[in-house]
Amino acid sequence: MAHHEMPFWKKYIFSTDHKVIGLQYGITATFFLLFGFFLMILMRWQLAYPGAEIPLIGKALTETGAMTPELYNALGAMHGTIMIFLGVVPMGVGAFGNYLVPLQVGACDMAFPKLNMMSYWVYFVGGVIMMASFLMPGGAAASGWTSYPPLSVISNNAQTVWLISMVFLITSSLLGSVNTIVTAIQLKAKGQNFMRWPIHVWAQVTTAFLLLLAFPPLEAAAVLQLADRVFGSSFFLPSGLVVSGEKWAAAGGGNPLLWQHLFWFLAHPEVYVLILPAVGVVCEIVTANARKPLYGYKTMVYSILFLGFMSFIVWAHHMFMTGMGVTLSSFFQATTMIISIPSVIILTTILLTLWGASIRFSVPMLFATAFLPMFAIGGLTGLPLGLTASDIHLHDTYYVIGHFHYVVAPGTLFALMGGVYYWYPKFSGRKMNETLGKIHFWTSFVAINFVFMPMFFMGSKGVSRRMYDQTVYTHGAATQSWNVVMSTAAFVLLFAQIPFIYNMFTAWKTGKKVENDNPWDATTLEWAASSPPPHENFPTPVEVYRDPYSYSPTTGKVLPQFAPQEG
Amino acid sequence: MAVHIPYIDKPNPVTGVTNAKLGIWLFLASEVMLFGALFSALITLRLGVNDWPHGYEVLNVPLATLNTVVLIFSSVTVVMAWAALKMNNLKQFKTYMSLTLLMSFIFLIVKAIEYGSKFSHGISPATSNFYAIYFVITGLHGLHIIGGIIVNAYLLGPGSKMWSVEPERFTGRIECAGLYWHFVDLVWIFLFPILYLL
Amino acid sequence: MASEHMTLEEVKKHTRTYWVIFGALLVLTAVTVAISYVHLPFFWAVVLALVVASTKASLVALYFMHLISEKTAIYLTLGLTAVLFVFLIVIPWMIPWAEVRGWFVS
Repeated sequence: MAHHEMPFWKKYIFSTDHKVIGLQYGITATFFLLFGFFLMILMRWQLAYPGAEIPLIGKALTETGAMTPELYNALGAMHGTIMIFLGVVPMGVGAFGNYLVPLQVGACDMAFPKLNMMSYWVYFVGGVIMMASFLMPGGAAASGWTSYPPLSVISNNAQTVWLISMVFLITSSLLGSVNTIVTAIQLKAKGQNFMRWPIHVWAQVTTAFLLLLAFPPLEAAAVLQLADRVFGSSFFLPSGLVVSGEKWAAAGGGNPLLWQHLFWFLAHPEVYVLILPAVGVVCEIVTANARKPLYGYKTMVYSILFLGFMSFIVWAHHMFMTGMGVTLSSFFQATTMIISIPSVIILTTILLTLWGASIRFSVPMLFATAFLPMFAIGGLTGLPLGLTASDIHLHDTYYVIGHFHYVVAPGTLFALMGGVYYWYPKFSGRKMNETLGKIHFWTSFVAINFVFMPMFFMGSKGVSRRMYDQTVYTHGAATQSWNVVMSTAAFVLLFAQIPFIYNMFTAWKTGKKVENDNPWDATTLEWAASSPPPHENFPTPVEVYRDPYSYSPTTGKVLPQFAPQEG
Repeated sequence: MAVHIPYIDKPNPVTGVTNAKLGIWLFLASEVMLFGALFSALITLRLGVNDWPHGYEVLNVPLATLNTVVLIFSSVTVVMAWAALKMNNLKQFKTYMSLTLLMSFIFLIVKAIEYGSKFSHGISPATSNFYAIYFVITGLHGLHIIGGIIVNAYLLGPGSKMWSVEPERFTGRIECAGLYWHFVDLVWIFLFPILYLL
Repeated sequence: MASEHMTLEEVKKHTRTYWVIFGALLVLTAVTVAISYVHLPFFWAVVLALVVASTKASLVALYFMHLISEKTAIYLTLGLTAVLFVFLIVIPWMIPWAEVRGWFVS
């Protein structure tokens, strides 16, 4: 095959093979996740010891070596932006989606391999631009990952670069989502009808629809904000805006709420983009390690689809405090309460799968089972935020930060890390070290709860988010000792990732080789391919004979999707 | 690469469409949401002020009407180009695609004249939100026209070599390029009255 | 049937349809420009402009884009998009402008 004669740069750098592209996304996203974590470490130092000089690198960052409010704001905005758009989504969708979806439907590659390659490189360029913004005069964007105007429009920093980077990232995402949907629907193998898709495929296809239809309004809004900053328009600048005592020179007539609506129209579905691939990964790991079919497969599918649709009509629950009237807020409160139903159903079906199961607590299974209570805490703490009455008290406090971090950090990231351990043998032919994995899991699990749990208490006491020194207020000073606990735990969490990173990069060469292509004895199609799969995935076309999770808990018999025989 | 991907020239028997056909419609769905958001912004801005000018008072309606006719005509020529391929007539395809490109350039030239006239009177997006949304929406639409020109020019030129080796796949490409072009026309069909005639 | 396996006769019939639709689109363009000279009250001007534009758009979509004979997968995608598009367009009425206070926003 001509593949073997391809030069290195074409085989590994500008590859159109979805497996190579998936790994490229994974490695790049890992770097951005660590960088985003590092930004937060700087912020957590300041929060625990306000005004203290930052060790080692303080003098390189600011004149005095201590955190300034401007730097804190930039770090906060960039932490959120990088983690979401350069870290979690590329990992969940770009890495896991790209690598697994073609394999799990029995295809030889994505439907549009060249488009796939382009979507990675556009993401890469977007990432470089975002990182370059740190070096621009005025510093990186500092108006929150939410970039609310008028501040984002009038600020004298690299907000314009942020917007341009977002255009690249959104484009990359759109190209990727078209690919995922067409691949899963058009290229599924013989016998692989929709109700035989692994849940991970359902999750990725739904996620792709969310990205496809929700991102464009943010792209439009970004263009409008760019116009405001670069061409002097007033899309988001109200008439009579006064800045530092002087009338701001613009035509006016705009409205900051327009930005908020268009932003959240994307950003709410975006949070389901963050969680759905993780739910899919957890379903795969749990069924394979509980040796049981998923409880309520159809219920899970319909819940995911319903969740996806509902995610488009809850967005203004992020805007309850913008002066909206009762009619509007009641509508969004209702839809927000309704959307909690499929979320609970999803969690319950996975939980019920564990009932009466023969559980194998491998490292991936540790992460997947931990996901369940962590996601539950994240989800439950969303309820007081979705109810307008309690949101009055909790909006823009640390309660919100605790809520969303629980779903994304010990939620999604735990699931994805479990997924790395689970599919590592598939893409490398070797297993990651089990002991290092257990150290990674237990340290991370304990530390991460100490980082985020106190936030609910602080938030309930009224401590605001985005403050670089909480002790300026009495109620903030009262909870300051929690900050020391949280920051210490954050450092522990950072160090806990070292065994993981080390494990990931060394097991490639020195990990224990797997004895067969299906070391977990799992049933979905990717395990029919060799570990690692060849360029075309399935040299002999694979055919699907049954449902995806045909494990028998009573007899212990396993019938993979791709095995024709009954015996 | 050597992987053989099915349904690039023949449709998938279950869905009845080729990969590219499904792909382009998904892309157009996202474009509906993009321009939809801009229309939503336009309505929001208009509802918020008392002094929104009438399009016919400040914009050049005859030129825009000409552009509307030009773009609609280009939509006909691009679908005729596809039909020509269906009838195995490469020469006719090239004629119609060239006409489509010619119409696209006329559209852009007229747009340049319109913009130029505004700029020479000192009018820019900073002047008022009416002009801001006018420039941004027509500007983004113009960028989409340029994108279409690049694709269509490629398909007329070096891309047409595919006709001699994979005629069905090439016809499919022209159909998809045509679908994109029709969408660009569709956006203008709404833009024209909303900006110029209200 | 859409666009895949058509006989020569069917293609020729389609091309005749394209020119007829072109004629209709020219007429509708003239109509919409003519209406704008009448300077109707704003509400009716908007309604009429949108009705004419929607008609033109439907002709382009149904006949030039072959939507009249497309497949379920495409219809489902567009249906979902249409629903979400409606939510986008409703946004302006969620914003408390002084003039609209009392409509959606109470």
